[in-house]
Amino acid sequence: MEVLHLTKEKFEEIISQKEKAVLVDFFATWCGPCRMQGPIVEEIAKENDDIIVGKLDVDEVSEVAEKYNVYSIPTLLIFKNGELVRTFVGLTSKTILLNALK
Amino acid sequence: MFDCIIVGAGPAGISASLYLARANKKVLVLYYNEAQVEKAHKIDNYYGFVDGISGNDLYNNGIKQAINLGVDVLQEEVLDIKIDMDMHYQVNTLNNQYTSKTLIIATGNKKLRPNIKGIIEFEGKGISYCAICDGFFYRKKKLAVLGASEYAISEANELNNITDDITILTNGEKLNGSTKFNVIDKKIKEIKGDVKIRNVEFEDGSTFEIDGLFIAIGSAGGIDFAKKLGLMVENDNIVVDENMKTNIDGLYACGNITGGLLQVGKAVYEGSLAGLSAIKYINENK
Repeated sequence: MEVLHLTKEKFEEIISQKEKAVLVDFFATWCGPCRMQGPIVEEIAKENDDIIVGKLDVDEVSEVAEKYNVYSIPTLLIFKNGELVRTFVGLTSKTILLNALK
Repeated sequence: MFDCIIVGAGPAGISASLYLARANKKVLVLYYNEAQVEKAHKIDNYYGFVDGISGNDLYNNGIKQAINLGVDVLQEEVLDIKIDMDMHYQVNTLNNQYTSKTLIIATGNKKLRPNIKGIIEFEGKGISYCAICDGFFYRKKKLAVLGASEYAISEANELNNITDDITILTNGEKLNGSTKFNVIDKKIKEIKGDVKIRNVEFEDGSTFEIDGLFIAIGSAGGIDFAKKLGLMVENDNIVVDENMKTNIDGLYACGNITGGLLQVGKAVYEGSLAGLSAIKYINENK
């Protein structure tokens, strides 16, 4: 699947479904480490049809970042069954993310 | 424009510079603090020294050897490294800016976190190691920088783009440099908060409210640069492949900063390999 570019509504929609694990990458276009994280989450999306992967631009959707206390980017949140189960702050490898998602 | 800038003049950085210089590449080595090897009173387990050698002698010999081969070795504190649009590395020191096609991080692994209760707990919840990355979240907020050096002042200056309310907390040390910002030199007992950071408690019992705390202890080290550049870091070591390449093209790391054995032999091997990898990259990207 492709990476979804999330609005506030789309974010709420994907985290409320309970069939698939969800990975959300909080990023900004001006953030160096985020540019390194981007290709990693894209690979996860392409290679795993059972995971929903979204990117959330903190400049555009700041209220979601505030709600989840995201004060550092990249931050990656993992949701399962509609609940937040893991938070990773800073550039995180594919292996670590996949281990937490599976 | 240098072919390669190497940050760090210990066995890893200098070994890299020797290979680059012998391949006729233009190399700059920048160093500032004492290298880890310098602290070794005597090294008895390194190949070829019948009576052992002091860490200090080995270190100074290395620098001399590089200078004799035509490497520029300068004692300047690196405050910041950026990558420009052409994928060149811009290295900013206190007074100068240098550019290069490749970069080797061989800084050793300094301690990143001070031993203060609450630091790890609030990482990502108000504690940050990168002003330029996370400053955005603290527009017009009350911020503090933890550190007592030029690096701490440089991070405070960076944050000044987003807020005027900045205090430097030196945690009992004397600030090494001058600044327009408020400075508190009391020793810190604990960082407190709930879902996010709220305040700093000092050993004298007084507290200081903050919305964010940026850590900039000592001079900027390899992990500080790595976090800002977006290098993969695991357990406070830079992740490299079998050729010492990081996840960014033209950027290598070697020596203690990559973890594993903290030994001269390992640093020399990794430095040599990083140098050779950089040579290959420079030749292929002329």
